[in-house]
Amino acid sequence: MTAIRFTLDGQDVEATPGETIWSAARRAGVEIPYLCHLPRPGYRPDGNCRACLIEVEGERVLTASCRRTVAPGIVVRSASERARHARRMVFELLLADMPEGAARDGTGVFAQWAGRLGVSRSRFAPEPERPAPDLSHPAMAVQLDACITCGLCERACREVQHNDVIGFARRGMATGVSFDLEDPMGSSSCVACGECVQACPTGALLPKTVLDADGRRAAPPAVEVASICPYCGVGCQVGFRVRDNRIEEVVGRDGPANAGRLCVKGRFGFDYLAHPDRLTRPLIRLEGAAKDPADCLDPARARHRFREASWDEALERAAQGLIRIRDGAGPSALAGFGSAKGSNEEAYLFQKLVRAGFGTNNVDHCTRLCHASSVAALLEGIGSGAVTAPFTAAAEADVLLVIGARPTENHPVAATFLKDATARGAKLIVMDPRGTGLDRFATEVVRFAPGQDVALLNSILHVIMVEELYDAAFVAARVEGFAELRAHLMPYAPEMMEPRSGVPAEQVRRVARLYAGARSALTLWGMGISQSVHGTDNARALVALALLCGQVGHEGAGLHPLRGQNNVQGASDAGLIPMMLPDYRRTEDPVARGFLEELWGAQLEATPGLTVVEILQAAERGEINGMYVMGENPAMSDPDAAHARAALARLDHLVVQDLFLTETAVLADVVFPAAAWPEKDGTVTNTNRQVQMGRTAVAPPGEARQDRQIIVDLAQRLGLDWHYPHARDVFEEMARAMPSLANITWDRLDRESSVTYPCLTPDAPGEAIVFRQTFPTMSGRARLVPAGLSEPAEMPDAEYPFVLTTGRELEHWHTGAMTRRAQVLDALEPVPTVSLAPADLCRLGLASGQRLRVTTRRGAVELLARADPGLPEGLAFLPFAYREAAANLLTDPRLDPDGKIPGFKYCAARVDPV
Amino acid sequence: MQSALETAGVAEARRDLLIQQLHAVQDAIGCLREGHLVALAEFHRLAPVEVFETASFYAHFDILPDDAASPPRLTLRVCEGLPCMMQGGAALFDAARHSTPVGTRVIATPCMGACDRAPVAAVGFELVAPATAETLCVAALGGVASQPCAPSLAAYRARGGYAALQAALAGVLTPDGMIGALERAGLRGLGGAGFPAARKWRFALSHAGPRHLVVNADEGEPGTFKDRFCLETEPHRVLEGMLLAAHGIGAAACWIYLRDEYPDLHRGIARALEELRMAGLPWLPVHLRRGAGAYICGEETALLESIEGRRGYPRHKPPFPGEHGLFGRPTVVHNVETLWWLPDILATPDGADRYAASGRRGATGERFFSVSGRVRLPGVKRAPVGVTARELIEEFSGGMAEGHRFVGYLPGGASGGILPADLADLPLDVGTLDAQGCFVGSGAVVVLSDQDDLPEVVRNLLHFFRDESCGQCTPCRVGTAKAARLLDAPSWDRALIGDLAQAMADGSICGLGQAAMNPLRSLLRFFPERAP
Repeated sequence: MTAIRFTLDGQDVEATPGETIWSAARRAGVEIPYLCHLPRPGYRPDGNCRACLIEVEGERVLTASCRRTVAPGIVVRSASERARHARRMVFELLLADMPEGAARDGTGVFAQWAGRLGVSRSRFAPEPERPAPDLSHPAMAVQLDACITCGLCERACREVQHNDVIGFARRGMATGVSFDLEDPMGSSSCVACGECVQACPTGALLPKTVLDADGRRAAPPAVEVASICPYCGVGCQVGFRVRDNRIEEVVGRDGPANAGRLCVKGRFGFDYLAHPDRLTRPLIRLEGAAKDPADCLDPARARHRFREASWDEALERAAQGLIRIRDGAGPSALAGFGSAKGSNEEAYLFQKLVRAGFGTNNVDHCTRLCHASSVAALLEGIGSGAVTAPFTAAAEADVLLVIGARPTENHPVAATFLKDATARGAKLIVMDPRGTGLDRFATEVVRFAPGQDVALLNSILHVIMVEELYDAAFVAARVEGFAELRAHLMPYAPEMMEPRSGVPAEQVRRVARLYAGARSALTLWGMGISQSVHGTDNARALVALALLCGQVGHEGAGLHPLRGQNNVQGASDAGLIPMMLPDYRRTEDPVARGFLEELWGAQLEATPGLTVVEILQAAERGEINGMYVMGENPAMSDPDAAHARAALARLDHLVVQDLFLTETAVLADVVFPAAAWPEKDGTVTNTNRQVQMGRTAVAPPGEARQDRQIIVDLAQRLGLDWHYPHARDVFEEMARAMPSLANITWDRLDRESSVTYPCLTPDAPGEAIVFRQTFPTMSGRARLVPAGLSEPAEMPDAEYPFVLTTGRELEHWHTGAMTRRAQVLDALEPVPTVSLAPADLCRLGLASGQRLRVTTRRGAVELLARADPGLPEGLAFLPFAYREAAANLLTDPRLDPDGKIPGFKYCAARVDPV
Repeated sequence: MQSALETAGVAEARRDLLIQQLHAVQDAIGCLREGHLVALAEFHRLAPVEVFETASFYAHFDILPDDAASPPRLTLRVCEGLPCMMQGGAALFDAARHSTPVGTRVIATPCMGACDRAPVAAVGFELVAPATAETLCVAALGGVASQPCAPSLAAYRARGGYAALQAALAGVLTPDGMIGALERAGLRGLGGAGFPAARKWRFALSHAGPRHLVVNADEGEPGTFKDRFCLETEPHRVLEGMLLAAHGIGAAACWIYLRDEYPDLHRGIARALEELRMAGLPWLPVHLRRGAGAYICGEETALLESIEGRRGYPRHKPPFPGEHGLFGRPTVVHNVETLWWLPDILATPDGADRYAASGRRGATGERFFSVSGRVRLPGVKRAPVGVTARELIEEFSGGMAEGHRFVGYLPGGASGGILPADLADLPLDVGTLDAQGCFVGSGAVVVLSDQDDLPEVVRNLLHFFRDESCGQCTPCRVGTAKAARLLDAPSWDRALIGDLAQAMADGSICGLGQAAMNPLRSLLRFFPERAP
C-alpha cells in the first residue's frame, strides 16, 4: 500500500489509503476535536456532530475530518479561523442545553474538549423543556438532558453489539434517544451490555454506581486494573476501576476476544464481592451437627451448624480428615472437584495435589457437565479437543453454522462477532429446537425436534454425500473413513428423517448446499449438542460435516465448541480431568507419567479416575469417603441433585473452598473462605485458546485467601514440600509440564495480556487457526466417525408429557452463587421461571407469571410460568441458577457412554397448575 | 395487529417498502398503533426501534399507543407557508379551528405547493384552494371536488409525445447523442442546485451498472409549485423525460418519489403509468413512491434514504449519488421539471439549440418560475432564464397587486434569501446572485410589498427550517432552534446571529442548514432598519 501525501496546516503529511483526515492528523500530532466519533474498533465515524470540521482548499463548505478520507494532494487547514469558529459554535450550541450548563460527566469527551476550546458558557438560551431523567434501569441512569444526539449510543447498540434497542425518535430539535418505542430503559428490550454507557461522551448515560446525588459523575474515573472477565468462556478483557477497595465501574478493554465489548455480567456483575454473605473466616462444622441435605434449600439458615476457626485449625482439620481416609480406605476413596472458574495455576495445582497428594486420579471439574462429549468426539476425530479457530474467524467466514447454542445469552460478546459477520453479508444457519436471539440475523433457521440432532445432521450429511457436495480434494488428502461414512449415511435421506427431526426435507437440502458451497464455513456449537446421552454422537456428526466439506484449517473455517466457563479450556489443558494428565496425556501413558513423576517428585497412579457424576454416585455407594471441592457446586450443578446432595452428605469428610456458603458448602466439614477472581492474580485460557492475564484489583475481605495459597497450605499439611510464593512460580512449572505453552511466559503475558497457543516463537502472536496442513493424529489425517441414531434416555409419555430442557439465562451464571448476589443481575432476573410455549400455557389454563409445578421422576419444583413464543409446544425450559427451584432436582443422571456427560437437555416432565 | 397488516395488503418484506406499508396501514386504520409498528418490525425482521424511528421521523404518520383513543376521522390542514400567511393564512387557521365540524381536527402544515391560490387548506391532503373557513368546512362535510384529469396518453401522443423516446429506443437517438444535446442546450437541474444535466449522466455512466434513475417529485421549497404544474398539466411529458433519461444512463429501474401532499398527482401518475404499461412502453420497472411529510427528503440523498425505507437523513458527500446512490448503485436524480424539458430538447435536431437560445441576457434556456405573493397574477410562469424579478412581475404577472408597493422579493423560496426592490434587475440564473448571498434555486419568486412585516417573514421561514431540520447535525438541529428563539427577542443580537449564521452555513451537512439563515442574513444586510 502506497502512502498518500497531503498538506495539513502547511505540513507535508502521509496517510494510509482509506485513512481519514482526523486519523492522519492525529498521527501527525494534530489533535482535532471530536464528539460523535469514537476511535475504537467497530465504531464507524458518522460526522454528525461537526466538532471536527476542517477546511479543504477548493471546497465551498467545511467538512467532517472524522469521515473524509485523505485524497492525494489535498490541502487541509485544521486551524483556520473559519474552521475554529464553526467548531467552537458547535460546542456553544450544545452547551446551551446542558443541565446547569455542564455535561453530566465532567471528565467525558464533551467536557474535555469544551474545556480545551475554552467554551465554558453559551450565549444561547436553553430550550424551555428538556427530557426528564429515566432511572428505571437498575444499572444505568438515562439523563437525556445532557444528550447531544451524537448517535454513539445508537451505533454502540446497533452496529457494535447488534442489540438493536436504541434509535432516534422524531426529528429536528425534538430528536431523542429512544429505547424501543420510547419505553423506559428498564422495561425496554435492553440487555444491559452497557456499550452505550461506555460510548456516551456527555454522561447522559452513566452507570448508577458513579453518580452523585445530583446525577452527575461524582469523581474522575478511578484507577483502572487490567484483567479478564470471570464469567464465560469468551474471555473479555476488562478494566476494573477501583476506588476504596471497591470495583466502582467496569470498562471493556480492547482484547482479542472482545474488542472493547462486554455483556451485562461483565459490566455490572461484580458487587457480589462485597456481599454480606461472603465468607471471611474459615468455618468448621460443630461437633454433632448433622449433615442434612435439606440445608441445601437455604444455606444461610444452616450457618449455625458451623463455627469460625483460625486458618491453622481449619487447615489442620481438613488435612487430617483427608489423610485419615487416604491412609485408611486408600487413595481411591478420595476425590477432588477443581474449578473452571479459577486460574490455570490453581487448576494445575489442584490436580497435582489430588494426583500427588491424595494419590488418585479422581479429579474432575465441570467440563464433564458441559463439553466432555464434544472433547471426546474432537479427540477421536481430529486428535485435539480445543477449537480449531477462534469465534472471531467469523469475520472471514461466508457461512456460519450455529447449532445447539444460544450465544446471545451464554456468550453474548461472541454473539456480537457473529452478528457482525451477518451485517457484512455472511450467511448464518441457526439450528435449535428453541427460537434464539440469532434467528433474526439468520438466513436459515432450522427448528428441529429436541434430541434429534443426529437425525438432522445425518440427513444433511446424506445430501452432501449423495449430491457430491463434499470437498473431494480435502477428503482425499486429509481425511480417513470416507467410505464407511458414506455407506452409513445412505439410509438417512432427508425425507426419511423428516418425521423424526421435524425439518422439511427441502430445508435440509438448502442448508446442506449452503454449508457445502461455502468458501469458508465456521461451525459453532454449545451445550445443546453436548449435554445429551448421545452428545458424543451429536458432535461426531458435526465434526464429520466440517471435515467432509473441508471446513477446518483455513481462514474463516473451523470447529468451535463454545466453551462455557471462563477457564474450562485452561483447566482441562492443565489436567483437571480424571483420565488425562496436563496437556491431555493419558494417565496410562508411562512416558507421560514418568515425566511428571520426575518433575513433581511423586509416584502417580496409572488407572484413570472417576468423572464428576461417577464420583458422587460412588460416594452414595460409600466407595468414596472424602472430597475436596474448590469453587464447584455439585449440590446444584449435578443431575438428579437430590441424590447428589445425599451423596455429599454421606461423605465422612468434605472440604469446600468457596466465596459463599454454597449449597455444597453447607454439607462440608471444613469451609475455606476463598478470594474471588478480581482478588487474585493468574492466567486463564478462553474458548479461543487465548491465554490471558488476570490481575488483582481489590483485596479479599476479612481473612479470605487466594486459592493458590490455600491449596499450597493444604498440600504442605499433606506432606508435600511445595513452595509457590506467587502465581508466576506455578506458571513457570506448568509451562515446563505442558508443551502447549511453549513460548508463552508469565512476563510475556503480563506485557501483552493475551497470547494464543500454540505459539511457535517467543514473539509470534500464536496460531489462531490450527491444522492447516495436518491433524495431530497418528496418521496425520482426521477421522470421519459415523454416528448412529439413539433415543433420549427418557421419552415423554402420558404421565410426563413434556420434554424438560435446562440451561442458563443471560443474567445468571451457573448455579447463581455470584450472580444472584450481584444486585443488578438479581434485579433483572429475580425469580425462577419455567418457559413454555404460549399455546401450552393456554392449554394448562395458565398465564405468564402464574405459579406452577414441574415434576419429573426424580423430583418437583414450584415456580412461575413465562410464555416464550420461541418454544415449540411440548418443551419446557428451566434455568438452573435458582436454588429455590433447582432445575437439577429434576434432571436425569444417565450419561453419555463416551463423554460421561449427563443429558441435561432432555428428560420427561409434567407441568401442573398449583 | 398482524391482521391489520393483512388488511393493508402488506405482503413483501422489503425494507424499501416500509414507508409505503406504514402508509397502507395508516390509510386502512386511520393511525399507526405501536403494535402495528412492532408487527411490521417482526414481519421485516427489523428491531422495533428501526421501524419506530423511521415512522416517527415523518410528519404524516400518527403514532399512538395501543390503548389510546383514535384520532379524529378527518384532518384539516391549513397551510402556514409564507405566501399563504401573507394572504391571511393565520386568520384562516383560527377561523377553521373555531368552526371545525365534529370528528375533525385542524393542524397547520408547511407549504402545500399551491401558493398562487393562497391561502390554501386541505381535507386530508385533498386541496381546497383558495380556502375560507366556510369552503373548508363544506369540503370537510361534502368532499373535495376532484381535479380535472390530466391529458391521456393518446392525447399526448397526438401532439407528438413519446416521439423522442421512440427515436431513442429505435437507436436513432443514442445516449451519446443525447448527452451532446443536453450539453448544447445547457440544461441544468431545475430542482435547486442547478447542476448541469449532461455532467450528471456522464458521471453515472462512468460507474458500472446497474444504475437507477430517480425522479425527485418531492417539491417542498416554500413558494414552489411548478412541479405540481408539470405533473398536473402533462404527466406524460415528465414520464417521457424520465424514460429518456433512463435510456440515456442505461438505468435498470426508475423511481418516482412524490410528496405525500399531492394525492391527486399520485392518482394521475399511477393512471399514466398504467396507460404506459398497457401500451407496452416501459422496458424497465417504474416504481411510484409516496413521501410522508418531510421537506428534507427533497434533498437528493435524503430522498434516496427515504426510498430505501429509512428516515430522511442526508448523506455525506462525497460519494455523490452518481457513484454511490440508491441501494449503493450509480444513480441520477432529476427534478420533475428538468425531465419536462427533455422531450423538447431531444425530439428534434434543433431542439437543443432552440432551448439554449431561449435565455435572456446571455443565459441559456427557459424554465418555470413559481411567482406568488403581492402580484396581480400569481402562477407558474414559463420565462427565459436570465429574466429579472422586475420583468417577472411586470411582464409575466400583471404587475403588483392592487394597493401594494414592491419592496423586495425572495428569488428562490425559503432558502434563497431576500433581495430588495432596488436589486430587482439582476438576471435570475445559477450563480448570478452569489455576491448578494442569494440564489434562484427552484425558481420560487415570492414578491413582498410595503404591507409585509419583514421580520415576521423571516420568523416564518426560520420556523419552517426549524420544523423541517432532520436533526442529524448540530449546526442545523440546534442552530435553527436557537435562531428561531433569537428572533423572538425584542432586540436582535446581531453579533450572535452573525456568528451562528456563519457556522451554520459553513458547517451543516446539507443545503438545508447551510441556507437556513439566508433570509435572516439578507434582512440584516438589505433591510437593517427593519430588524428589531
